[in-house]
Amino acid sequence: MPAIVTKIIAFLAAAVVQGIPLIYGSTGEIITEKSGHLNLGIPGIMYMGGISGIIGGYLYEHFSPAPIGIVAVLISLVSSLLGSALLALIYSFLTVTLRANQNVTGLSLTIFGVGVGNFFGGSLLKFFGESGSIYLATTSAAYRTTIPFLSKIPVVGTLFFSYGFLAYLAVVIALLASRFLNKTRAGLSLRAVGESPATADAAGVNVTAYKYLATLIGGMIAGLGGLYFVMDATGGGWTNGGFGDKGWLAIAIVIFALWKPKNSIFCSFIFGGLYILCVYIPGLSAPMKEVIKMMPYVVTVAVLIFISIRNKRENLPPASLGVSYFREER
Amino acid sequence: MSTPAIALKNITKTFGQIVANKNINLSVDAGEIVALLGENGSGKTTLMNMISGIYFPDEGQIFINGEEVVIKSPKDAFKHGIGMIHQHFKLVELFSAAENVALGLQEKGKYDIRQVSAKVREITERYGFDIDPEKKIYEMSVSEKQTVEIIKVLYRGANILILDEPTAVLTPQETQKLFAVLRKMKQDGKSIIIITHKLHEVLAISDNVAVLRKGQYIGTVKTSDTNESQLTEMMVGKKIDLNIERSEPELSTDRLIVRGVDITNHDGVKVLDDVSFTAKSGEILGIAGIAGSGQKELLEAIAGLQKLDGGEIGYVNPATGVEEDLRNKTPMQIRELGVRLSFVPEDRLGMGLVGNMDIIDNMMLRSYKKGKSVFVERKGPRELADKVISDLEVVTPGPTTPVRRLSGGNVQKVLVGREIASAPTVLMAAYPVRGLDINSSYAIYNLLNDQKKNGVAVIFVGEDLDVLIELCDRILVLCAGRVTGILDGRTADKSEIGMLMTKQTGGKNDGKTE
Repeated sequence: MPAIVTKIIAFLAAAVVQGIPLIYGSTGEIITEKSGHLNLGIPGIMYMGGISGIIGGYLYEHFSPAPIGIVAVLISLVSSLLGSALLALIYSFLTVTLRANQNVTGLSLTIFGVGVGNFFGGSLLKFFGESGSIYLATTSAAYRTTIPFLSKIPVVGTLFFSYGFLAYLAVVIALLASRFLNKTRAGLSLRAVGESPATADAAGVNVTAYKYLATLIGGMIAGLGGLYFVMDATGGGWTNGGFGDKGWLAIAIVIFALWKPKNSIFCSFIFGGLYILCVYIPGLSAPMKEVIKMMPYVVTVAVLIFISIRNKRENLPPASLGVSYFREER
Repeated sequence: MSTPAIALKNITKTFGQIVANKNINLSVDAGEIVALLGENGSGKTTLMNMISGIYFPDEGQIFINGEEVVIKSPKDAFKHGIGMIHQHFKLVELFSAAENVALGLQEKGKYDIRQVSAKVREITERYGFDIDPEKKIYEMSVSEKQTVEIIKVLYRGANILILDEPTAVLTPQETQKLFAVLRKMKQDGKSIIIITHKLHEVLAISDNVAVLRKGQYIGTVKTSDTNESQLTEMMVGKKIDLNIERSEPELSTDRLIVRGVDITNHDGVKVLDDVSFTAKSGEILGIAGIAGSGQKELLEAIAGLQKLDGGEIGYVNPATGVEEDLRNKTPMQIRELGVRLSFVPEDRLGMGLVGNMDIIDNMMLRSYKKGKSVFVERKGPRELADKVISDLEVVTPGPTTPVRRLSGGNVQKVLVGREIASAPTVLMAAYPVRGLDINSSYAIYNLLNDQKKNGVAVIFVGEDLDVLIELCDRILVLCAGRVTGILDGRTADKSEIGMLMTKQTGGKNDGKTE
């Protein structure tokens, strides 16, 4: 195989790996936004999902004499979900019940989540008297288990079957979310809550419950993106700030995908590719690398301009996005 | 006598010290239309909210088909077959008609929007509605949106329908269509309660009229045995003159000359197309048209808030007699000339008043630039606020109450009062009586008439054609941004105006379905 083909295949596979956390993040954010809540805490929640999974996995590996892979996966998965749910719950309590400003709440949660991630990532080992950096051999190996044989097929195996189960789960969740929003009664109600909570309320939809659940479930889905990144993409270790600004990218994808989870799959892979493109182009100068890194954001701005010009109602954000709902307000 | 479909016995509801409803008795038979009549604040809506489960009565009983029921929530009301069509539509704009109908439904089985659409079509055919279940709400006209609201209620199997001022937003033709549908429902055995301010509609559609006054039940009369003046007397408690006085314009000279104005909005739609007319001093020029026909843009263009794509607007200065071009002037300069705009938008506060500010501060919005000190002068606005409150009988705890807390009619009085106080030469009033009861409406009409007598060129954008015909000297009809006619108010005929209002949009004359 010529070197260039090998390189392109490697790039595409890497784009998928970068794209998976973005699918989780954007799908979670879309579900949240459909309830009328702009959760800018998603980047923080993704950090939280990552570090919580690390903590769960580490505790299990640390205290168990002979850790078993499947148990390690379950424990870290549950602890990751709990971690991101906690942050999402704080967000929904502040914005739904107390009707605090959504942007301020979200931003502070992101700062908080990133801080928690980096704090425990750096000091978890020290609490248990160990030194060095975190490496979860058993847990990570279990997450990275690929389908036997299929992954060995040249080209096709690398492109489609070289990932752990969380990668496929991301696509499944996005497709399910799309189906949920468009084909179910609950999805209809959720969209109504984001468009016009007063109307949904009058129609007998429990607006508060929908807002809480959407934020909570959306947050947990986004948190899985962080978990995938630490367990699969980077192989069970933690680097401070290693997750980078993918959380913000996920929020940008929500716009790029026009608030449709189905679109977000494809968009995430494109953004994932753009995110690492600079590594795969040989002979780039340092400034050019930065320019290429800007591409996802430039694309997002372009999309925003485009949908503003088109002004098609179906492509606009939920009408009540960012607005707190209070039944008795006149 | 048969058992009534719904009967209220001695219903009382108090909010703190205020008695909103006291010992109300009302009954509606199956296949009967009852009009509920009363001024603003007479407790009509409170009463209907108790039937539809939003409030719970303090005393009294509600019977459905002779059985006593307890209605604690809108869900209970649905269960008993009661459906309310609110004045402000509760629809999700982005959804189709069918999706709006399906929202909140707890039907068994799989959710299938096509089934809902099919059932909506069935209802449509049965009652003669004209609507496509797949059409998005934001693409619909006001009357179509109302139809969706009615279908929503019928879909849920309602036998008792309550309509809160359904005709306020409709053209005469659309109103006729609605009435035709209501009559069909009546034949179908439904009970209908309709709330309206318009007496001629009460007489046209209802079988019985129930009148409330200040929370008290005054009585029910058979529609065939009554007339407008008796109903007004029951409603207000005293005889009032229903004729709006209309003096002959005196010393009328051209004041505002609009020539061939074109405006295109940012969606590229032409909202005003070659509009020309002249407004004269000492005259009320009425503007009729379906909501959104360009009324707002026209007034804003005159006030300098809209950019013209073509045409010109001239203002004849009464002091000098010279015509000045308004196109190159800022809104502030136009105001200085004495052109005043009091626009009452649908939400009443949108333009002109700031809800969270009190009456004095709102008066100050017009005068904050006066005076030399860096501090604003509060004495003048305070006096003006007091004057407006006492002259127009604004019901408020005081001038320092935030405008948001006032009732709709009082908000409008504050707005119109402030604009009139500045001694205008052109007064533009858009929908100044929207949602106001008879007494407040007449107070506003008198204000406009006073201005007319003072030699002001009054431009009145109205919804009620009867009022336009009675109040205005000339009536300009707008249809989709075009002037389709300028009629003399003394000779104009309602159906003629109605025809002009819809001249371009449909082309088909299906107004008379009676």
